[in-house]
Amino acid sequence: MSVEFLVASAIGVMTAAGIYLALRGRTFSVVLGLAMLSYAINAFLFSMGRLVIDQPPIWSADAATYTDPLPQALVLTAIVIAFGMTALVVVLALRAYLETGTDHVDGLPDDGGQHPDAGDEV
Amino acid sequence: MNLILAPILLPAVIGAFLLLRTPRLTRLGRYVSLGAMLVQLGIAVALFALAADGTIRTYALGDWVAPFGIVLVLERLSALMVLVTNILAAAVMLHAVLTDLDRRGWHFHPLFQFQLLGLSGAFLTGDLFNLFVFFEILLIASYGLMLHGQGSERLQAGVQYVVVNLVGSTVFLVAVGLLYGVTGTLNMADMAVRIANAPAQDQALLRTGAQVLIAVFALKAALLPLHLWLPRAYANTSAPVAALFAILTKVGVYSILRTTTLMFGEDAGAAAWAPAGWMLPAALVSLTIGFVGLVAARRLRGLAAFAVIGSTGTLLASMALFTPASVAAAIYYLPHSTFASAMLFLVADCVARARGPLDDRLEAGARFAGMGQISLLFLLTAVALVGLPPLAGFIGKLMILSATAEADAAPWIWSAILGTTFLAMIGFARAGSALFWKSAGEPQSNPTAGKAATLPAWGIFAVLVALAALAGPATRFAEATAQQLFAREAYIGAVLQPELPQGSDRP
Repeated sequence: MSVEFLVASAIGVMTAAGIYLALRGRTFSVVLGLAMLSYAINAFLFSMGRLVIDQPPIWSADAATYTDPLPQALVLTAIVIAFGMTALVVVLALRAYLETGTDHVDGLPDDGGQHPDAGDEV
Repeated sequence: MNLILAPILLPAVIGAFLLLRTPRLTRLGRYVSLGAMLVQLGIAVALFALAADGTIRTYALGDWVAPFGIVLVLERLSALMVLVTNILAAAVMLHAVLTDLDRRGWHFHPLFQFQLLGLSGAFLTGDLFNLFVFFEILLIASYGLMLHGQGSERLQAGVQYVVVNLVGSTVFLVAVGLLYGVTGTLNMADMAVRIANAPAQDQALLRTGAQVLIAVFALKAALLPLHLWLPRAYANTSAPVAALFAILTKVGVYSILRTTTLMFGEDAGAAAWAPAGWMLPAALVSLTIGFVGLVAARRLRGLAAFAVIGSTGTLLASMALFTPASVAAAIYYLPHSTFASAMLFLVADCVARARGPLDDRLEAGARFAGMGQISLLFLLTAVALVGLPPLAGFIGKLMILSATAEADAAPWIWSAILGTTFLAMIGFARAGSALFWKSAGEPQSNPTAGKAATLPAWGIFAVLVALAALAGPATRFAEATAQQLFAREAYIGAVLQPELPQGSDRP
């Protein structure tokens, strides 16, 4: 089995799981889904520099070829941003749960009734 | 040309300073923030005056030569967007200070400065990944601003807003990754050259990347069917913040315009005019949905949120033809629609403050203090947003109609724009009569309503009047901007070969 197949299928499975979880109705699974999506995207970005094994990224005296260093820098940026955003969305979801008493993304209470707050209309 | 860096550098420094303890806890922060805002407005005017001569100026960060380093590019469109952003932000900040909104939480001013940093950066950058980073900065600041003041509805709407935009950012990265994987560059000018010379086996990937990229921008611009996040988010945040957010959808519009004309133009092979196929129908439907929602809204802020969708739809409907004339019409209409929807949010805030417990619900209540002035402001905003004669909305819509008259889709565009103009008129008449006409009873005094809080709305109105009064120079500028967008060789040359005379002022 080639590395390409492994990486590609891992990205595919993680993206599918991430999308499924992000579409769920509770904030906890949505947060998990977002995290999983961002993992998938990081691996995807990394592989966009082509999968090269055992080659230096910047410079080496005895290297014949190099791997692309730029996607690694991009992934680093993306990881930092995704990490910060996941922290934010966790705090936000927790705060919304404590304020409204439900962890449903639509703010509907668990008995399926109307939103307790009529001011929700736009 | 170091001034190009100023709209990014200044808010970054000021925003970081405002996070310190003393400016955060005392009124010092407010004055520093207001002062910095004025300086930024001055810089934006200076940049606009610089760009008006048609030269494309670049600034290579760290003096790394493009395409290896990140470049900032100043030309007519980006200068216009920076100017619009700063005028709007100045009015919004003044409103927030006058109404004491900035004292309802700890971090209003730092977040506001970072919002400005992200917006200016997104308009000025010439690098696709850098565009992503500035998008993230402006989004992170917008999350904070949106939640400013808190309350359970705002938190609920905030969770949805944040989640939608996080998914959007993820998809943005997919598009950037695809385009980088094919072209091997992130500099937009360099990418444009490489897309034009891409081999046949890469065409499918390029087209996919282009479509995904434009879809992300369409999400930011709230183009149907990606508009569902907007009404709830904008209607549940504080009105001045929503007024500032009127520019956020225009970031999406700007990015579509920039990437499509630069990278996915005539010679881009399979990716040529990538969004042209689906953007027009989507824009026409979102224009219709926006104004139908405007008629159905039950709160003034909800009405304003749908007005944002409708006016962005109008812009995109004109842009979707991608002819110089239709793009010029959209560019002329863009500042007007931004300012008019922001003004409506500010007026909604005045109404809500003056009416107290009734808030901005479109229900008749008691008369309130300052009603004459606020109702006049509402009338003027309605005239601007509907597009009735004396103001620039009318000229803008007329330009859009005449620019699209030759197109095959002209009957669709004309009937959608004219029909929704009528719908908007009904919606505003209904809202205005409920708020002002039917109100009865003794005026109630409300201590929270400051008289001067209408000043920023009048300021925006003055800009709208100026746009109409100076319609001649403004339309000439819009036409020149559109021509500059379509003459992309000059842009590419200025970025990639800055030593040529067309390029920057670098030695």
